[in-house]
Amino acid sequence: MQSAEKQPVADIALSERVTLPAEALARTKALDRFRLGDAVFRHLTRAAALGVLLLLSGVIVSLIDGSIPAFRAFGLGFLTSERWNPVTEIFGALPAIYGTIVTSIIAMVIAVPVGLMIAFFLTELCPQWARRPIGIAVELLAGIPSIIYGIWGLFMFAPFLQRTLQPFLIDTFGDMPVLGVLFAGPPYGIGILTSGLVLAIMVLPFVTSISRDVFEAVPGVLKEAAYGVGCTRWEVVRFVVLPYARVGVIGGIMLSLGRALGETMAVTFVIGNAHRISASILAPGTTISASIANEFTEAVGDLYTSSLIALGLILFVITFIVLAIARYMLMRIERRIG
Amino acid sequence: MPDKTVTARYAARRGKDIAATALALAATAFGLGWLVLILGALLWEGFGGLSVAVFTQMTPPPGSSGGLLNPIFGSLVLTIIAVLIGTPIGIFAGTYMAEYGRYDRLSSVVRFINDILLSAPSIVVGLFIYEIMVAPMGHFSGWAGGVALAVLVIPVVVRTTEDMLTLVPNALREAATSIGLPRSLSITRICYRAARAGMVTGVLLAVARISGETAPLLFTSLNNQFWSTDLNQPVSSLPVVIFQFALSPYKDWQSLAWTGALIITLTVLALSITARALVPSAKQT
Repeated sequence: MQSAEKQPVADIALSERVTLPAEALARTKALDRFRLGDAVFRHLTRAAALGVLLLLSGVIVSLIDGSIPAFRAFGLGFLTSERWNPVTEIFGALPAIYGTIVTSIIAMVIAVPVGLMIAFFLTELCPQWARRPIGIAVELLAGIPSIIYGIWGLFMFAPFLQRTLQPFLIDTFGDMPVLGVLFAGPPYGIGILTSGLVLAIMVLPFVTSISRDVFEAVPGVLKEAAYGVGCTRWEVVRFVVLPYARVGVIGGIMLSLGRALGETMAVTFVIGNAHRISASILAPGTTISASIANEFTEAVGDLYTSSLIALGLILFVITFIVLAIARYMLMRIERRIG
Repeated sequence: MPDKTVTARYAARRGKDIAATALALAATAFGLGWLVLILGALLWEGFGGLSVAVFTQMTPPPGSSGGLLNPIFGSLVLTIIAVLIGTPIGIFAGTYMAEYGRYDRLSSVVRFINDILLSAPSIVVGLFIYEIMVAPMGHFSGWAGGVALAVLVIPVVVRTTEDMLTLVPNALREAATSIGLPRSLSITRICYRAARAGMVTGVLLAVARISGETAPLLFTSLNNQFWSTDLNQPVSSLPVVIFQFALSPYKDWQSLAWTGALIITLTVLALSITARALVPSAKQT
């Protein structure tokens, strides 16, 4: 019955000449095959798209599932407790959360102004021929795997800081009343400050390339008008480009912040893995991702493992919020550009 | 004298401009300086260790010489698994978003989620795979490592596939439909072909991204001191070996870690430069 229903399709195509029923049937069959293939392909691609959603929900569900024992044992106190003792099986996330946030703040404080200035250079000052090579060099910096930053940070950067920057900071600020607390203690080389600096180098290319892209999206007419009334290049960037690109720049900063918060290997090498909160940024500390990377395979006991997974869940929630805000802002500027 | 204040203000504005220009130059030199420093350190420390033995011998016990054959092999196998699993899913999902559901709700939700997956912390992916594969199976395995990397491949491929298919002019699709080609064939035979260079770029970028990934492998494929081709066993991989060797107190291990780091970096740079070289041709189509 089905083929009789579809007969007219074949008939229209063949109406000008007489055909054997066998040929008409073959055509119908071919059409059926196409129709089936079409439906299969369409559903396949749809399933893959749904799979991406499933992936994210899978991540969330498995993390929640894995962290239930930890939250059952410690309740919400897990988030505010400073103790992390694998021997007595008492765990608290606060030092790791603190380290994650402080290293990211240090990274952003350095990377954002520098990145914006590089973007200013690339869009307004740089001669045309040098733009592409410098842009590519910045993006290559972004492509270097984080473990390379880690090994470099451990063997080159940390000893360098231990000899130069850290003694300088201690000598300069160590005796001051308020700032002194921040720079107390011996220069270990590794620690919160070093991690923050390595992170800064890592996220610098992200800040730069996104800022450059949004700067370039500013309509030329606006800039020309500003130049026309006699603005200097800096004034054009400061009073025309930056305000226009504000949403995109903030989106880019949030995106880079998301990277910095979740970065694992570069930090694990140089943070020192100490579960405590020190006022001094020269002291060793830990971050969420560094704790997981250092301790997960050695974790014995369900509660220890579960506590580390709970740390992962916290990290995921924090980065998810930051990244969602970033994407929302970047989407807004994309829509405005059209 | 009004004339004087105008001149003074003008001088101040010029001064600011010059200061900003100098700062921008300094910032650029600062940014690029790191690239030079890091690559320089890698070449300095890693190049001396490069030898035939690195590619032909197994990882040594502390205190003796050896190579990186098993981690290099392991990394290759894990990358191949990840690409084989991740690429089809990524391409299909990207196809749905660009071809079938370009303006529907599902696509915009998937786009948003995919962008978040793109920059989600990779260590969380490791935890996820540990929960769904390693814990139920009861042991670390090469398969788990490959799947963990596949999870990182998918968002990159989805993104580039969608972007590249969106660039394919509609006239091509209309022409395909007008000669009676079914939708699926017009996508696979016409649009894929037009967007091929860009889609290959996406896969290359994904490989570049995962070839240095360490965090998701730490507790999925773990590490293996010995030669192993059994994917149900822990598999050695370059990044994890670098991590282990660099943090060890042994000099031989540390220098092997540097050599491994150099190999990874050169691979990643070669991949991203190739990918970039492909992109202009993708834009022409």
